[in-house]
Amino acid sequence: MKAPEFDYARPASLDEALRLLADGGEDARVIAGGQSLVPALNLRLAAPPVVVDIGGLDPLRGIEAVGDGLRIGALVRHAELARSALVAARCPLLTQAIAHVAHPAIRNRGTFGGSLAQADPAAELPACALALDAIMIVASRSGERRVAAQDFFRGVYETALAAGEILVAVEIPALGADRRFGFAEFSRRRGDFAIVGVAAAATKSGGRLASPRIAFFGTGDRPQLARAAAAALDGAANDTNTRKAAREKLAADLDPVEDSTASRAMRLHLAGEALEQAIDALWREAA
Amino acid sequence: MSARRIRISLEVNGEPVEAEVAPRQHLADFLRETLGLTGTHIGCEHGVCGACGVRLDGAVVRACLTLAAQADGGAVETIEGVSDSGEIADLQAAFEKRNALQCGYCTPAMLLSAQELLLENAAPSREEIRDHLSGNYCRCTGYHAIVDAVEETARQRRGGPA
Ligand SMILES: Cc1cc2nc3c(=O)[nH]c(=O)nc-3n(C[C@H](O)[C@H](O)[C@H](O)COP(=O)(O)OP(=O)(O)OC[C@H]3O[C@@H](n4cnc5c(N)ncnc54)[C@H](O)[C@@H]3O)c2cc1C
Ligand code: FES
Ligand code: FES
Repeated sequence: MKAPEFDYARPASLDEALRLLADGGEDARVIAGGQSLVPALNLRLAAPPVVVDIGGLDPLRGIEAVGDGLRIGALVRHAELARSALVAARCPLLTQAIAHVAHPAIRNRGTFGGSLAQADPAAELPACALALDAIMIVASRSGERRVAAQDFFRGVYETALAAGEILVAVEIPALGADRRFGFAEFSRRRGDFAIVGVAAAATKSGGRLASPRIAFFGTGDRPQLARAAAAALDGAANDTNTRKAAREKLAADLDPVEDSTASRAMRLHLAGEALEQAIDALWREAA
Repeated sequence: MSARRIRISLEVNGEPVEAEVAPRQHLADFLRETLGLTGTHIGCEHGVCGACGVRLDGAVVRACLTLAAQADGGAVETIEGVSDSGEIADLQAAFEKRNALQCGYCTPAMLLSAQELLLENAAPSREEIRDHLSGNYCRCTGYHAIVDAVEETARQRRGGPA
């Protein structure tokens, strides 16, 4: 199908973009890589009066080291993230996760900020942001605010972004040498959205893992922290009992949805398998 | 200012192109309808089938998910350009020899995606070939012959036998 008509603007500065969005009203939309918005337009699931193309805004580009963390610009494309030596060194979780996001041609255009703003409940990057305790930097005409990943994802395709706001960059704190990561995903075919997946981060401390954060995707209306499973893992010994205890907690942490792809029981089972793979990866790295 | 008609200037297969487009027009329709470059195919128009692949600034993208307006200032290469230059003549010959195409609907984008892989990885495994082509659907061949053709081209380019 063909997209409905809309007005289009490609501002040269963030100020101009924010003004255009404010003038465009409630339904004005930002376009970044267009890999989620253009399908929605072509299927006529979206019909914004105005589309503001932020593709020309240089301050939204680039990946930088900040302290022992990272700052990732909203316009960083998936393919650029995949190739980044800085990301691979500091945050291999993202390098691993991005290979599961769609297909090469979509990764050549889709952006980090676009994926987070889209907030698909089965998407990899929102769960990574949650596991990494990332901070979203959001600009509007009244200034800049910082939103923790935990407060950013609000539901299916729903975030804390209000009309007129633009996600500028994401800060990922505390990526020191003692950080460990785990990732696992089940999907029908390569490049599909996940049936269930998990992103995990923890700090290595004397051969054990401290303060693990375990974020599932594909299990609910947004990425979800498995707090009880994480508590079972925190500081515990690296053995089968710990792994089993953590897995058993998932029934309390998650209440997976049932749909045409998978039943509730199948999702819970896959979540358990994914969790065990992620725990193994965390431990392997912590040894 | 936002507008209903946008002037764009870009390069298509090495030639400068100036045009006025509706913002809602995607790059695949612009190439096919305005420029008559019908080698870029359209299947699903929502990013799933991969038939619309073109190169934009050196990277293969979905032309149905790229607004023509977003290609302003860019350099587009279509299957016509890449065929005429001879860049993929060996890959095309291997596709023919191996029966890696039947109806040919998926073929232009399949070739562009395969060439993208071969440019970044001179010796891809069969698994890597399948992975890189995972977003290009073929309803005819069953993929095996396509993987064969890409593997053979890689081998020949490294100086090996056919
Ligand atoms: C066939 C197919 C398969 C896919 N598979 C996967 C997959 O497996 N996993 C996955 O995670 N994704 C997948 N995707 C989606 C893809 O990752 C998109 O690139 C991504 O979701 C959106 O990024 P974008 O830059 O293209 O955003 P756009 O499409 O440009 O925008 C998406 C939404 O976010 C808003 N937005 C974008 N940038 C900003 C910003 N900086 N500030 C405020 N709002 C903004 C837009 O207004 C829009 O509502 C798939 C897409 C397709 C077509
Ligand atoms: S027509 Fe573009 S992906 Fe199907
Ligand atoms: S040859 Fe017919 S779709 Fe591939």
